[in-house]
Amino acid sequence: MADGPVAEVLLRRLEAADGGLDSAELAAELGLEHQAVVGAVKSLQALGEIIEAELRSTKRWELTAEGKEIDREGSHEARVFHSVPPEGLAQSELMRLPSGKVGFSKAMSNKWIRVDKSTVDGPRVFRVVDSVEDEVQRRLQLVRGGQAEKLGEKERSELKKRKLLTEVTLKTYWISKGSAFSTSISKQEAELSPEMISSGSWRDRPFKPYNFLAHGVLPDSGHLHPLLKVRTQFRQIFLEMGFTEMPTDNYIESSFWNFDALFQPQQHPARDQHDTFFLRDPAEALQLPMDYVHRVKRTHSQGGYGSQGYKYNWKLDEARKNILRTHTTAASARALYRLAQKKPFTPAKYFSIDRVFRNETLDATHLAEFHQIEGVVADHGLTLGHLMGVLREFFTKLGITQLRFKPAYNPYTEPSMEVFSYHQGLKKWVEVGNSGLFRPEMLLPMGLPENVSVIAWGLSLERPTMIKYGINNIRELVGHKVNLQMVYDSPLCRLDAEQGSLQAQETT
Amino acid sequence: MPTVSVKRDLLFQALGRTYTDEEFDELCFEFGLELDEITSEKEIISKEQGNEKAQGASDVVLYKIDVPANRYDLLCLEGLVRGLQVFKERIKAPVYKRVMPVGEIQKLIITEETAKIRPYAVAAVLRNIKFTKDRYDSFIELQEKLHQNICRKRALVAIGTHDLDTLSGPFTYTAKRPSDIRFKPLNKTKEYTACELMNIYKNDNHLKHYLHIIENKPLYPVICDSNGVILSMPPIINGNHSKITVNTRNVFIECTGTDFTKAKIVLDIIVTTFSEYCENQFTVEAAEVVFPNGKSYTFPELAYRKEMVRADLINKKVGIRETPENLAKLLTRMYLKSEVIGDGNQIEIEIPPTRADIIHACDIVEDAAIAYGYNNIQMTLPKTYTIANQFPLNKLTELLRHDMAAAGFTEALTFALCSQEDIADKLGLDISATKAVHISNPKTAEFQVARTTLLPGLLKTIAANRKMPLPLKLFEISDVVVKDPSRDVGARNYRHLCAIYYNKNPGFEIIHGLLDRIMQLLDVPPGEKKGGYVIKASEGKTCQLNPESVIMK
Repeated sequence: MADGPVAEVLLRRLEAADGGLDSAELAAELGLEHQAVVGAVKSLQALGEIIEAELRSTKRWELTAEGKEIDREGSHEARVFHSVPPEGLAQSELMRLPSGKVGFSKAMSNKWIRVDKSTVDGPRVFRVVDSVEDEVQRRLQLVRGGQAEKLGEKERSELKKRKLLTEVTLKTYWISKGSAFSTSISKQEAELSPEMISSGSWRDRPFKPYNFLAHGVLPDSGHLHPLLKVRTQFRQIFLEMGFTEMPTDNYIESSFWNFDALFQPQQHPARDQHDTFFLRDPAEALQLPMDYVHRVKRTHSQGGYGSQGYKYNWKLDEARKNILRTHTTAASARALYRLAQKKPFTPAKYFSIDRVFRNETLDATHLAEFHQIEGVVADHGLTLGHLMGVLREFFTKLGITQLRFKPAYNPYTEPSMEVFSYHQGLKKWVEVGNSGLFRPEMLLPMGLPENVSVIAWGLSLERPTMIKYGINNIRELVGHKVNLQMVYDSPLCRLDAEQGSLQAQETT
Repeated sequence: MPTVSVKRDLLFQALGRTYTDEEFDELCFEFGLELDEITSEKEIISKEQGNEKAQGASDVVLYKIDVPANRYDLLCLEGLVRGLQVFKERIKAPVYKRVMPVGEIQKLIITEETAKIRPYAVAAVLRNIKFTKDRYDSFIELQEKLHQNICRKRALVAIGTHDLDTLSGPFTYTAKRPSDIRFKPLNKTKEYTACELMNIYKNDNHLKHYLHIIENKPLYPVICDSNGVILSMPPIINGNHSKITVNTRNVFIECTGTDFTKAKIVLDIIVTTFSEYCENQFTVEAAEVVFPNGKSYTFPELAYRKEMVRADLINKKVGIRETPENLAKLLTRMYLKSEVIGDGNQIEIEIPPTRADIIHACDIVEDAAIAYGYNNIQMTLPKTYTIANQFPLNKLTELLRHDMAAAGFTEALTFALCSQEDIADKLGLDISATKAVHISNPKTAEFQVARTTLLPGLLKTIAANRKMPLPLKLFEISDVVVKDPSRDVGARNYRHLCAIYYNKNPGFEIIHGLLDRIMQLLDVPPGEKKGGYVIKASEGKTCQLNPESVIMK
C-alpha cells in the first residue's frame, strides 16, 4: 500500500484530476496542514516515476497575530474611540485600556477625540465625532478574504510597517501523473531481512535503492596521533635505507655529551641560560669517560688532531652541568663514541627521532620541546657528494625532489650545508634541513680512525607534519590543547604517494 | 645567525655594479649568505611603531643579510664587499700590515688589580683615517655586531674606540673601587661616580644588559691616560672626553676581556676592516701592552699563518676531481691566498688575520667546496653496506600503539615538561616522593620539572577537549624521567603506557579490560602464578594503576 493515508488520497484525487493538483489547494480542501501534503509528495517521489511534482513558489499577504486581532476586534484607535462615552473619560483611565497607548495617539491624529486639560480631576478625553469608519479593519478584512490586490501598494506597505501584514512566500507543488502512475503501489523495502530470505518473499518485494549521497556512519575506532604517524613514516624511510635506530631514551644529558663532545665551545651562545634548560637536581653528571674527557679538553683548549682549537680555559665543571638535551646529536655523539670503541672499525648508518628541549621564546610554530629527526653515516672516505646523494634519496622518499644546497655554519660540522627545496606555493626556496660532515675535532678524540668521515643531517618532525596536515598553530598539534577532532579526522601519512605534499602549503 | 643591515645603493657602489634583488639573492646563496629581507628605515619603524612615527624616516633601501656566526669579517659593509669582490675575483685580498709609529709607540699598561675581574687588554691605532658619515656609522655598527656575537654581549670582550688626539699616553688599564671612579661618560654633560652610573643605566634599554658583568664586583675596570682622563669603564661605557666623531683622524682602539684569544680576534677584525680608510691603506699602527708580570706584547697581532693541505684530501672530502692549481685558485677566491708547492700535490694556504674561523683543514676543505659551488658537486651514494635494526623499545612501542588504536583508544601526545603541581599536588603526592628532576631556569611554571607520569598530560588533554562527544578514550606511550644515581647523568627515562577513559559513568571495567587486552598482547597471563600479573590497590588520591600496582609475578 501507499505511504500513509494522505498519499493514498492524493493518488486517488490525482487520478480523477484533470491535469494536476496544487498541493496548497489540496491541503485546504482536505483540511490538512500543507506540510502533510508535502510529506506525501516527497514519499511518493522517492518511489520512482509515480508522480511528478514541480516546485512553485507564490507570494501571499497574510495577517500577523496583531493583524488578526484587529480583523476581529477593530483597530486600536477605533477601540479607543468606542470606549470613550459621550460624557468623556479620564485620560489616565483610558491609558490603562489594552489598546490605550497606541490607539490614543492614532485616534488623536485622526481627530476622532480631543483632550481637555482644564478639568479639575486631571485631563479628560472627549469624542469629537459621533461615529467613525474603521478603515484599518476594513483593509485587513480584505486581505483575509484573499483580496489583498484590491489595496494600493502604499496602503499595504503602511500596514506592513505597522506589523499587521506580512508577505510570505509559499512553496507549493504542482502535482501531475508520472510515467509509472498507479493508485495502488506497494512500499519498497529498505532492508533485506532473514525472514524474507527464509520465506523467499524477497523475490517478489521491490527494494528501495541506496542513497549514496548520504553520509555513512563512521565506525567507532581509536586513532593514531598525526605527528606520530609521520614519525612512523620517517622511521620506515630510514629502515628502508638501512639505517639502525639509536637509543635516545635519555632526555637528561650532560653538557659534555650535548656540547663539549661536539666541539661546541663552552662560551657558545647555545649554552646560555636563555637557550637551554639546566637542571637544579640532579645538577651535575656523576660519571664521565675521563680519558675521553681529557682528549676533548685538550682539543678545545689547545687544539690537536690538526686543529688550532679554541684556545680558552676549558672547565670540567661546565661540562658536568646537566641539561635537558637540546638536540639528539648528543645521542649521536654517544653512538659514535661507542662505535669508535669497537675495533676494527665497522661502517655504520644511524638514525633517531625523538624529543629535544629549548628554553626559547614560544610562538605559533615554536614550543619548548619538539622532535628532531637525525641521520648519520660513518664510513671510510665519505664525501660532501655522498652527503648530497644520501639527502637526495632521503628527500625523494618524502616526495621532495627539487633540492639545492647552501653553505652554512654549524659548530660541529664542517663543511656544513643547509638543504633547501623549492616551495611551489611560495614560489621560492625554503630550508628543509641542515647537514654536514662532523668536524675531525669531534671524531678523532672519540677514537675513530682518521680516514673515517661521518656525514649527518637533521630536521624537525613538527614542521613537515604541520605542512602535511595544514596546521598553522603548533599547539593544535602537540600538547594537551590538541584538537582531538583533528586527530580523529587526519588521513594516513603517505609521503611518497603525495608528490610534493610537504610543499603544498604555506609554512612559517 | 647575525644579521647585517646595509644600504643597497652604497653596497652596489662599493661592489662596482648593480644587481637585481634576485641576482643579489643568488650571489648570497652561493657564498653562504642569505638575503633575509629588503626593507628601509621607514618600513622598519612603521612596522614596529606604526605609520605615524615613520613619517620623515629615511626610505633608502636596506638589505638585511644573514651572515654565518663564525664569519666575523663579514659583519659590516666593508667586510662584505671585500669578501664578495675577492670571491668574484674583482680584487685581490689586501695584505694587512702592522707598522711602527714614527714617534713613540702608544703604550697600555695593565695593573694587577684587573686580574680578578677582566684580566686581558689589547690595543692598536688607526692613523690618519678618513671617516664619512656612512663610514663612521658602519664603524660603530661593526663594534655593536662584534659585541653581540663573538664578544658574547660584552662578557668576553668589550671594545672602546677613542680620539687619540684628545689623549696623551701612556695609558693605564686598572681596576678601582666604584666610588673612586668619577668621569663624564659618553653623551652626558656632567660627571658621575661609577656607582651613580650603574644606577642611571639600570633604566637604559641598551646598557642595562651589560651591568651584571661587573655589578657586584668590588673593583670596576677602568682605562685612563697619563693625565688621569678616563677613556672607558669597560664593559659598560666610554668617557665623553675621547669620543670619536666623523672628523676624528687618529683612533685609539682598546679591547678588554676575559678571553684573550677572542680579544685579539676582535681587534684584528676592527683594524683590518677599517684600515682601508687610513692614509696608508691597510696599515695599522702598533701599540704596546705591558702585562702585570712585566712582559710586553705588541698588537694587533695580524698574524698570517701557513697551512699545508694535500689537493687529494680536498678532492676526497668534497667528492670532486680538480687539479691542485684549480683548487688553489678556488681557495684564493675565498680570501685564502693559496699556491701549489712541493710535489705538485701540496697546496700552501695563507690564513689571513680576518679568517679566525679557519682552525682546521676541514675549514679549508669547506671553502674550496663553496668556491667550487655546492650545487656543482656530483651527488653519489656511498657504498656503505649495513643491516638496519630498530631500537627494541621503540619497536615494541610502535607495535603497541597500533593495537591500542585498534582497541578503540586515541593517541595523545603531551609535553614532557610540566609544573611541580601537575605531578605532585594535583595527584595528591608529595613532590619529594616523585623523584622528579628539577629544572633550574624555567621561564614559567610549565617547565619546572620533567614529568614522572603521563597521567597529568592525558587529564589536561581531556580538559581541553570537553566539547567533544563522549566517551573520550585516550592513550599515550612515551617517556617519563626520574632521578637514578646509577646512571651517568643521575637520571633516566622510563617508557610508560597510560590510558584514560572519560564518560558520564566511571566504567572501571573498560580501563581494566584494556589492561587485560594489553597483557594479552604482551603474552602475560593473569593470575598469581609466575609470569602472570595481578592488580593491587594503591595509596593516593588518584586511583591510578601505577606501575607498582600492576604486579608482574
